[in-house]
Amino acid sequence: MAARTRQGADLDRKKLMADPIMVTTICVLIAFLTLFILYPLAILLVDSFVGDGGFSFSVFQRIFSMPNFIRAITNTLKVGFVVGLLSTFVGLLFAYVEVYVRLNKFVGGLFQVVSMLPVVSPPFVLSLSMIMLFGKAGIITRHILGIYDNSVYGYWGIVIVQTLTFFPVCYMMLKGLLKNIDPSLEEAARDMGASRWRVFGDVTLPLLLPGLGNAFLVTFIESIADFANPMLIGGSYDTLATTIYLQITGAYDKAGAAAMAVVLLCITLLMFAVQKYYLEAKTAATLTGKASRARMLMEDKSVKIPLTVLCTLAAIFVILMYICVPIGSFFPTWGRKFFPLTGKWYELVFTRYKGFKAFKDSFVLSLIASPITALLSMIISYLVVKRNFHGKGFIEAVSMLAMAVPGTVLGVGYIRGFSGGVFNTGFLQGIYGTGLILIIVFIVRSLPTGTRSGISALRQIDKSIEESAYDMGADSFKVFMTVTLPLIKDSFLSGLVTSFVRSITAISAIILLVTPQFLLITVQINEFAEKGSYSLACAFATILIIITYGAVLLMNLFTKYFGTSRKIKED
Amino acid sequence: MGKVKKGVRLDHISKIYQDPKTGKDFYAVKDTSLEIEPGSFVTLLGPSGCGKTTTLRMIAGFESPDEGEIYIGDEAINELTPNKRDTAMVFQSYALLPHYNVFDNVAYGLKLRKMSKDEIRKRVLGMLKLVGLEGMEGRMTNQLSGGQQQRVALARALVIEPSVLLFDEPLSNLDAKLRVSMRTEIRRIQQEVGITAIYVTHDQSEAMALSDKIIIMEKGVVAQMGNPQEIYYHPKSEFVADFIGEANFLRGTMTGRDGNYVTLNIEGNSVKAVGDPGMEAGKNYTIVLRPEAASLADQGGLPCTVVLSCFMGSYQNYHVMVGDTLVKLEEHNPKNKRIYNVGEKCCLVFEPDSVHVLES
Repeated sequence: MAARTRQGADLDRKKLMADPIMVTTICVLIAFLTLFILYPLAILLVDSFVGDGGFSFSVFQRIFSMPNFIRAITNTLKVGFVVGLLSTFVGLLFAYVEVYVRLNKFVGGLFQVVSMLPVVSPPFVLSLSMIMLFGKAGIITRHILGIYDNSVYGYWGIVIVQTLTFFPVCYMMLKGLLKNIDPSLEEAARDMGASRWRVFGDVTLPLLLPGLGNAFLVTFIESIADFANPMLIGGSYDTLATTIYLQITGAYDKAGAAAMAVVLLCITLLMFAVQKYYLEAKTAATLTGKASRARMLMEDKSVKIPLTVLCTLAAIFVILMYICVPIGSFFPTWGRKFFPLTGKWYELVFTRYKGFKAFKDSFVLSLIASPITALLSMIISYLVVKRNFHGKGFIEAVSMLAMAVPGTVLGVGYIRGFSGGVFNTGFLQGIYGTGLILIIVFIVRSLPTGTRSGISALRQIDKSIEESAYDMGADSFKVFMTVTLPLIKDSFLSGLVTSFVRSITAISAIILLVTPQFLLITVQINEFAEKGSYSLACAFATILIIITYGAVLLMNLFTKYFGTSRKIKED
Repeated sequence: MGKVKKGVRLDHISKIYQDPKTGKDFYAVKDTSLEIEPGSFVTLLGPSGCGKTTTLRMIAGFESPDEGEIYIGDEAINELTPNKRDTAMVFQSYALLPHYNVFDNVAYGLKLRKMSKDEIRKRVLGMLKLVGLEGMEGRMTNQLSGGQQQRVALARALVIEPSVLLFDEPLSNLDAKLRVSMRTEIRRIQQEVGITAIYVTHDQSEAMALSDKIIIMEKGVVAQMGNPQEIYYHPKSEFVADFIGEANFLRGTMTGRDGNYVTLNIEGNSVKAVGDPGMEAGKNYTIVLRPEAASLADQGGLPCTVVLSCFMGSYQNYHVMVGDTLVKLEEHNPKNKRIYNVGEKCCLVFEPDSVHVLES
């Protein structure tokens, strides 16, 4: 059989080779993914196992004997677990209320704002406002309640801030799943005499269970990988991400940091594997059916009012937290004097602290990275969904793998992998410390999200549409440009903006790689917040919020007027 | 169209797939050789999973054969990608480009061939006229009905003047009435253009209505090839007989021969049927009896009991039991005929020339 099967495979290969653009694209992609995702991770392994005297566990023995590393592991897992649980619960509450209860316009609008805020806001915002509202000199704690010794730093600070940051992700995920539950399943249970609570417990919850697990793990991974919040509000409560950062920048122990990064990577990879291969499949299996018709929304006041009030209060609280930062940037003295509002911090930012350069550097680098990311992720999704070739599995796996790699781990990998050139040969050493490596990090960090949304967009498109173009005489390149890309224009646009926003708000990997030659806004925020100059940090953060929010608004406008998919969807 | 018509030849084609569950290889198409005459309309007919679509996709170039060679005219095309093959396909889902209007959809292939704008315009409008879509060129495809979308798909395939036109179950998404009128339309256009057409379907009436030649496939191999009459009247197997039209099977043993006719013993009764010269007495045979070829009478033929009697307007539908065998028959124009009721005992009769005998 083997000899016979070869003809088909041979022919497939020949047909592929007859398409030079396609072959080149595939080769370039594979090279890029290998060099900038696989290689840095591999070098971490090599680094932490191969010391001066060959293969050994000595580095691991050393880091596992450090009490602060062991503490960091338990801290990280503890925070991740609690944040995962809390975010899933709050997310479920919001999702349930939105899908099952009739909301008025105002509350519905609040929900939408809440779901969008974490996407457009820089990573530090909630930590900053947490300190501002509830810290020692907090507006609420000290000035309203008169508590003088409240500390937000540490475990609870991180948990609260991360929960507020990540629950909207759970909310969006679970909302999608709840909408897919066929209402007649619940109606059937109700019809047979079950109370609302029974229906929820016997029908809704079991159907949702894999999805809840999924949401929990996604948040868990996000929490573990989070660098910015623990950095700002963790105080002496160190997590793995911050410990690794300090190991490099404080202790100059690069081998130790590499080994720690390997440990962190193993944890996230394990979670990711469970989430991706076990729970995602299960979620899909239980919730394939599309709702056959609209759900009868709850009108019952005894359920509706408490749920709506609870969620509305929570939503308003979250929105307040986000608004605090821009407001805080106008206070004359942080924590003491609130009036009259002043623009002096912005003056300082733009005069003494090179605000304009920071703005420009962040903006330009992200602006270069985002179209490349968006195009790359569309190409990868096209190849993964629509084409068949050797190496396809590799491309898909590696671009998804990047999703599970915490920024800190990637940062350490790049330091170890490129500071002396590839395998210390000096090859590509030139990019180390330049803007190019920052751009590459931006690309790698945003690639998985873009690819994922591209893949789901492309899966919706009937394969035969592209086949028909191919059949009419278009080559792969033509098919991609005239058929595929126009059909996923919306997804491409949103990928463009998402990667821009992700890049300009990135911190975890970047902070390890940036050189003084570049001033990035996020790094500035971190620096000023570390020094306790919260007003300046707030001013920088506000500028960042304006940029990202502007980008999202622009995209929405653009999609509204130029998106082709809209026209197609109007069936 | 002044092009030389080309036929299609499949030379010992096989396609092997891996079963995703068991990981075992199996033949989706096995050692299939076909010769399709230039300008003829050929249907690949069979149940789902019989390999008909795979065969079509191999001709189009979307799949590569694991054995054998495919020719269009005299040219071997195995190594050509779909865009280099002189074929055009009409897809089951129409596969119109949703971001283009009707005109641009039909013009797509011509633009790729770098024709002048005027020429493209002339050809596209001419083609839209041929398929009955005059004046619709500015519409978006989602403003069209299913039948109209199918016409666009057909126009788009025809306009590039391919040597071979391929149809992948193009009517299966349409409602029953439209399907009937569209198939007449497809046949008319194919005759008018004189193009070689290969049509995949699982609907036997479609195959009958359209084809010069029907190829019935079963489990990856060709079960029978022939014009509609041959296939209907002289099926080579029970599978073919059952798949094309309705068929009853009466099993018996041959007892004697009388010229072109043989006598068979069925459930203890002697029955006469037309027989091949190669048939031997003592062997078991099966009579293929079409519902319209049989009728009920008070005497003669095979004794039977009526288990269903149902008035259908143009015919009376009967189910009768001949021993343990259920036979379905249709008595046409029942108005002035004797109607048998459920439970009545009567006789199943048919002309010896109107049946076909198979080896069991």
